[in-house]
Amino acid sequence: MSRRLPTAGPQGARPHAIPRNGSDLCVLTTRLADDALILGQRLSEWCSNAPFLEEELALANTALDCLGRARFLYARAGMLEGKGRDEDDFAFARGPEAFANLLICELPRGDFAFTLVRQFLFDSFDVLYLRALADSTDDALAGIAAKALKEADYHLRRSQSWMLRFGQGTEESHRRAQLAISALAPYTGEMFEMDVLEARLLTDGIAPDRAALKTPWQIRLSETLSEAHLSWPESCGNISGGRAGRHTRHLEALLDEMQAVTREMPGLSW
Amino acid sequence: MSPALSHEEIFAGRIAADERIEPKDWMPEGYRRNLIRQISQHAHSEVIGMQPEGAWITRAPSLKRKTVLLAKVQDEGGHGLYLYSAAETLGTSREEMIQALQSGRAKYASIFNYPCMSWGDVGAIGWLVDGAAIVNQISLQQTSYGPYARAMVRICKEESFHQRQGYDIMLNLCRGSGEQIAMAQDALDRWWWPSLMMFGPHDAESAHSSRSMAWKIKRQSNDELRQKFVDQTVPQAEFLGLRIPDPKLQWNEERGHYDFGEIDWEEFARVVAGDGPCNAERIDHHVRAHEDGAWVRKAMLAYEERHR
Amino acid sequence: MSANQPSGQQMPRHHMPLFEVFVRSKRGLDHTHVGSVHAEDAEQALEYARDVYTRRSEGISVWVVRSSDIVASQESDQHCFFDPNDDKPYRHAAFYQLPDEVDNM
Repeated sequence: MSRRLPTAGPQGARPHAIPRNGSDLCVLTTRLADDALILGQRLSEWCSNAPFLEEELALANTALDCLGRARFLYARAGMLEGKGRDEDDFAFARGPEAFANLLICELPRGDFAFTLVRQFLFDSFDVLYLRALADSTDDALAGIAAKALKEADYHLRRSQSWMLRFGQGTEESHRRAQLAISALAPYTGEMFEMDVLEARLLTDGIAPDRAALKTPWQIRLSETLSEAHLSWPESCGNISGGRAGRHTRHLEALLDEMQAVTREMPGLSW
Repeated sequence: MSPALSHEEIFAGRIAADERIEPKDWMPEGYRRNLIRQISQHAHSEVIGMQPEGAWITRAPSLKRKTVLLAKVQDEGGHGLYLYSAAETLGTSREEMIQALQSGRAKYASIFNYPCMSWGDVGAIGWLVDGAAIVNQISLQQTSYGPYARAMVRICKEESFHQRQGYDIMLNLCRGSGEQIAMAQDALDRWWWPSLMMFGPHDAESAHSSRSMAWKIKRQSNDELRQKFVDQTVPQAEFLGLRIPDPKLQWNEERGHYDFGEIDWEEFARVVAGDGPCNAERIDHHVRAHEDGAWVRKAMLAYEERHR
Repeated sequence: MSANQPSGQQMPRHHMPLFEVFVRSKRGLDHTHVGSVHAEDAEQALEYARDVYTRRSEGISVWVVRSSDIVASQESDQHCFFDPNDDKPYRHAAFYQLPDEVDNM
């Protein structure tokens, strides 16, 4: 029973017509791809470092979902842009200032609590966003979102149950989860920020309204936190800038590693 | 009616008839111990083997390579898991096996004590190390212990892509720039001999071989399997246009096999004894990950106890 | 791959006990034993079974059961459990000779 690995990337994405607002759409698609790639890269750092083997496999599955999603999105972005850039040009030939991922995705993986709390905060947003994006008037994006939503539902199922295990586990797991929540809280606001570009795409029915997702997200968050006996910081401020290429120093380090081979020997095929 | 047979006679009869031994069957204590040793060593090799390549997932030079490598290394973890489960049917536990690994009582394949220094090494590991492992594992699908044999069938099926992805990396390098070709040749130079060592000592010197063969735990000898690997790998290297670092390597018409030079058995003994380039690093890494995860496992237990 | 403890003996509770995993590969087929996972509880075992044993679309349904909950026959049961049925050929169709005129029955 041999099955081919699911293909992503250029050969996996179906050509769709390029809409009028192609350049806005290209920017949005690249943003979503960057989110997925950077988060997938962070998750892949867990390889051989998980707390036990079953979790090793589960973390890798989540990372593979993220990388797969990034590849579909980059392929589509490249097509919209029309300059012949492929997924690897996006991933390996740009510096930190050109990446537009949410800052929450680039923070170092931290301990297992940090990784899974980040996953919960992101996943619970992600399912809401993807559900809305699956109704996009852009068929290509809607298709990628529908596929990604199935994956995100499972990611959330896992990360949510980890929240409960941390919160209702031991004093130590509670403390670690609480620390992670406090550290991550300031970065969650960025997930709901709209800018003029996404506002234009919203008008055309292409992009979801991020701001409108905040309330449902908060409801789920507070339900889960209360069940887990965890709490959200009273005031946490708001740190953002990823969409405009203003990143934490961590992204630079991440890219130094990710692009090490291709920078050392540029212009080659691998 | 046949006269009542003793446990030993029933067991020996099953081995002779090529029947599988299953977990609830009576088995000689030596058979059980030998299996636990071999299966756990095999499991540890899969798990420790994640480290050298795993370190390159974050640095893989294309998104396709990154995805494939992660899926491949994840498989190694899965294979370790299948094998630990098979060993657990013999009355040991995963925790005991991990303790044996971390304390140095249990071994793992010495090949993983060599460093993975370049992207070319990632290709060479897939092509040569997985290639050698598959030769061994195909043979083990016929092993006499049922759970081990079934784990091998599953593992062989899944690993069929591992060697190909490694060879594909090599092929790509060998069709690339001068630097890339040099990278591929350098990787082959460093991984060739350790790969041949993976099959273990010569049959005459192998401590566990003869009993394992008699019990049909092992189905083919170290030297037979090593020859098979050399025979199938040499043409693959030729196709890549790479030179195998063995001046004695040549086709022997009479035998119908390649002749090849002698392994540096002193190096082999040194690395097995724990004095390879990365022995300490590999075990330290495993211990650190395991200890870092201790609070997670405790939290799971506390949570479960609260909800029971 | 069930644990090899004697039957009838109460297993002490283990940290992250073993669960056996059964997968239905497609509609119309039985769930088949594929291996085992360690997990703290059944729900977690189910998720890990999914993560470990269905990575290549091997299944459309998964069962997990705590290994210690499986009651298994022992080798010592062999002679009274299974041997007595070895001499009842009349349960098999081949036992009956049909006249050539009445084939296909």
